[in-house]
Amino acid sequence: MSDSVSPSSVTAPAEAGATGVLASRRRAGWLRQIAPLLAALAGVFLGLLAGAVLILLSGADPVAAYLAMFQGAFGGRRALMETVLKTTPLLLMGLGLTVAFRGQVWNIGGEGQYLMGALAGAVVGLGLQATLPPALVIPLMLLAGLVGGALWAAVAAFLKLRFQINEIISTLMLNYIAEYWLLYLVRVPLKDPESFLPQSAQLARSVRLPTLGDTRIHVGFLIALALVPLVYLLLWKTPLGFRIRAIGASQTVARYAGMSVSRGIVFALLFSGALAGLTGIMEVSALHTRLKAGILGGYGFSGILVALLGRLHPVGVLVAALFFAALTIGAQTMHSVYGLPMALAQVIQGLVVLFVLAADALARRWMMTR
Amino acid sequence: MADWGPLLTLTFLTTLLISGIRLAIPIFLAALGEIITERGGVLNLGLEGIMLAGALAGFMTAYAAEQSATPWLVGLAPWLGLGAGLIAGLLMGLIMAVLAVSLQTDQVVTSIMLVILGQGITTYVYRQQFSSLTARVTGMKPVPIPVLADLPLVGPVLFNHDLVTYGSLLLLAASLFFLYRTTWGLNIRAVGEHPAAAETSGVNVVAVRYGAVLLGAALTGLGGAVLTVAQLGIFNEGITAGRGWIAVALVIFARWRPERAFAGALLFGIATALQFRIQALNLEAIPYELLLMLPYVLTLLVLLQGGGRSVAPAALGRAYVKE
Repeated sequence: MSDSVSPSSVTAPAEAGATGVLASRRRAGWLRQIAPLLAALAGVFLGLLAGAVLILLSGADPVAAYLAMFQGAFGGRRALMETVLKTTPLLLMGLGLTVAFRGQVWNIGGEGQYLMGALAGAVVGLGLQATLPPALVIPLMLLAGLVGGALWAAVAAFLKLRFQINEIISTLMLNYIAEYWLLYLVRVPLKDPESFLPQSAQLARSVRLPTLGDTRIHVGFLIALALVPLVYLLLWKTPLGFRIRAIGASQTVARYAGMSVSRGIVFALLFSGALAGLTGIMEVSALHTRLKAGILGGYGFSGILVALLGRLHPVGVLVAALFFAALTIGAQTMHSVYGLPMALAQVIQGLVVLFVLAADALARRWMMTR
Repeated sequence: MADWGPLLTLTFLTTLLISGIRLAIPIFLAALGEIITERGGVLNLGLEGIMLAGALAGFMTAYAAEQSATPWLVGLAPWLGLGAGLIAGLLMGLIMAVLAVSLQTDQVVTSIMLVILGQGITTYVYRQQFSSLTARVTGMKPVPIPVLADLPLVGPVLFNHDLVTYGSLLLLAASLFFLYRTTWGLNIRAVGEHPAAAETSGVNVVAVRYGAVLLGAALTGLGGAVLTVAQLGIFNEGITAGRGWIAVALVIFARWRPERAFAGALLFGIATALQFRIQALNLEAIPYELLLMLPYVLTLLVLLQGGGRSVAPAALGRAYVKE
């Protein structure tokens, strides 16, 4: 088993096709182009089908429930707005993780980085909102969010490079540590003296993220959208992006080619951490307006699924983020109409990725044979 | 100045060690399962999701048996719960085996997905089945070993546990025998080190890997069920609280050896118990959130000592493609 095969399930088909001598034996070009897409669609379909079985077992009508879901996500201006609002954090997290996963750096500490970004940004906002103009405070808050998330990821990078501690475990442990740390801060030193609840003071209305027109959609969505082409350019048009992808394909080969593997790993971790931190401060600034226990939206893990379902390509991640946001928003309608738990959205997300993985592996096999 | 007096009594030490051993058992079972899986060359990081599935399946089964009001069913409730946890683990393991062993998907990606699926499904099913959050099961009672249990300190600490705890010690012994003294154990280790060579000498690599993944996941599911059925008596969303991940970390610390995993799990159990006890004392000097952090900080510290990547099974994490 060579290094070139192990990361195959998440690398883009064209690249996987370029490796190995089997290329000449593979099926015709156009089939090779669309087979992964067909596999993804089949995976999504099967995931939704498995979800339907679960709905049926819960005693509800799957067709009606899915219709309610669709209606809840896309039926009307308000529904669309909520879906777009939900797409923003998923897209940001997914884009950051795309860069990390491309380098086979398994950052699953998105939640901790999100919280630390939220913390850093909110502290800056609360500290400066009375003294500086909002036009200055808001960018400073976002910057602090980026830095907070990146620093938390840097702990994992340090542990990996200095002590060979696997980033999967360290980033995960750092999630729990960040969570309890934040709980302590909002209960004691950062607690709003006006409130009985363990929560920080509220951010002034002036330092919340500006919204677009009369919608609830905030500029964070535009930032996330702008990052789609930027991440693409980073990965495919810069030497750094090439290095990350090379490390992802094979660390050994990248090392022999004279690349600094450790610098690539550090960048991948810090970049994904920074975007997670940015997501954190954006969600706090635009939605929660203060630090408290409930600010974590589970984006650490759904971001992982979004990145994987998007096949680690920025455009794919955009589509996957929209799909997952629609599932989540739609699940709220399904919950209120049919009483089905909202966790169903998470189940379907997991099932979809499961079947996409399986379909992808089968398609790959099929392409390898005559 | 905080009053540290209560920390220094014999009663405190006794209760600390008793609950430390109890808390170690679920983590140990999961880590033991993962050692067997990884010895077979498959990296299953999905323990957190598998444990959750086992915890819920076990809890629901034990709960249903207790509610049935049929005396023999009620009596068997904890055992039925443990069995259900084992089966739930087996099913999760089957997903992992089909994808990672048969379809050769990326093991890291597949097992992370398993965690998310486990979290989603258990949350969904629990919300669907239990509208009130007060459902409880009675749990397991300690079974004192005659004479030995009456010894001072040692008696209550070592010889007054529930059957699951004694059983786990037997499992530790059995796993050592299994891994190092039986053909099956030898085959698993061979497949984890050099699958191609194992295949050449007549070992069915795919079958052995299925076995290792299924056995490992079953033990992990059992660990989850022990947590809810035998110990806590309740189920919550995310009740495993990272124990599955801690078990993954312990495997590295344990250098893939069951007895070291047991020692590591004990360390965690005692640290967790200590955190509970200090919280209960309500010492203002130490914020309870910092105590709750302790197991996770300890995991990182333990890994600093662990290192030992070089002793990992050589083929760990790599799909096996038959030539």
